[in-house]
Amino acid sequence: MIKTDALIIGAGPTGLFTAHQLKLIGLDCIIVDNLDKIGGQCIELYPDKPIYDIPAIPECTGEELTNNLINQLKPFNIKFHLSERVDEVKKNNSNWEVKTNKGTKFSTPNVIIAGGVGSFEPRKFSPKECEKFENKSILYSVKDKTIFKGKTVSIFGGGDSALDWAIELSKNSNVNLIHRRDEFRGAQHSVDKVHELNKNGKINLLTKFQLKMVNGTDKLESIEIESDDKEIKKLETDYILGFFGLIMQLGPIAEWGLNIDKKTVAVDTEKFETNQKGIYAVGDICTYPGKLKLILSGFHEGALAARACFKLARPNEKYRFEFTTSSKTIKNRLGVKE
Amino acid sequence: MPKITYIEHNGKNHTIEVANGLSVMEGAVQNNIPGIDADCGGSMACATCHVYVKEDWFNKLPKKEDGEEDMLDMAFEPKKNSRLSCQIMVSDELDGLEVNLPEKQV
Repeated sequence: MIKTDALIIGAGPTGLFTAHQLKLIGLDCIIVDNLDKIGGQCIELYPDKPIYDIPAIPECTGEELTNNLINQLKPFNIKFHLSERVDEVKKNNSNWEVKTNKGTKFSTPNVIIAGGVGSFEPRKFSPKECEKFENKSILYSVKDKTIFKGKTVSIFGGGDSALDWAIELSKNSNVNLIHRRDEFRGAQHSVDKVHELNKNGKINLLTKFQLKMVNGTDKLESIEIESDDKEIKKLETDYILGFFGLIMQLGPIAEWGLNIDKKTVAVDTEKFETNQKGIYAVGDICTYPGKLKLILSGFHEGALAARACFKLARPNEKYRFEFTTSSKTIKNRLGVKE
Repeated sequence: MPKITYIEHNGKNHTIEVANGLSVMEGAVQNNIPGIDADCGGSMACATCHVYVKEDWFNKLPKKEDGEEDMLDMAFEPKKNSRLSCQIMVSDELDGLEVNLPEKQV
């Protein structure tokens, strides 16, 4: 059981700045995020898109903003648990016990949900029959490529993941690469390589097809793919790989007894606390009268939630408001000399 | 104001007036029409405002910009007449537009 003053769910800009605010007032914190990297939507959805409404930064990309926030956290030693999703939040006396999908357990008086629109999960195939083969022969990521050796693998998607794995697995497996249109959005040299391998018979490229049906009782045996013109092809296959990017899902947050309306969590505007004492929601995931889904609003919400955390983490101390320009204590925490 | 009809996957119709300049997605979200999620808020980054546009209307709409087709790769059951509703801007010319909503967005 890991103890901390505050646990932040979500490593997007709001979660990062909230961590900064907590450390500044002398609290420790841990950040958990389901993505394998820091930055949330800024890094996953729009790393290259310019943002124009961050105060005092006329223009920056999602990636630049993330890097700046990480730099701002440099004086502090903040522990990140990436590629972990918080599954359970349960009350235990005055603390919350938090458990992730990897079994990590935390105990904390304060849980700050900075989860954006939820956690990023892979987009899945639509036929319902796919569920029973999921994580066995239908996969949305590759953890061990040796399982495909000598097998037939049907890869779906038109981006870099689909192209790269088709090229890689074509060395030791029979590869079908199936995509809904002729154009690919992946890197041009990968697209060229796939076409070349298709010509040499190393990759069976099928465009303008989508998955219609999967067949097999215990074991996946074959798939049926359908074209725009309703032409159906049956392919024998051992494995299916789907690469359709990530989607945001509210996920387990819905089960923690919070007031949720349209994927957002209701909070007050003093502490940004939910209907559960010690659980706060900040950034895009929270809602209150007048809420704006802007990064700058998330920063403000995080700053106030951090002060509220102080009361529960240090019940016997009094919080004192201080400026970074003048406070010696804060300068010590930041490691700057007078 | 132009009237836009949203047809849910179960066949339920919603015809509403949407102000010029709003997107078809915003029209749905502001009027609480179920079936359009719009997780990313209209920045063409999530494909959860996916709609099907009837063929005669589909050809009348301004063409897709770069990137929309890429996002549609990730939509739930994309078809030839798929569009992202955040990229369809409402104008007088679109009065009477009908869009069909997919079974789900994710």
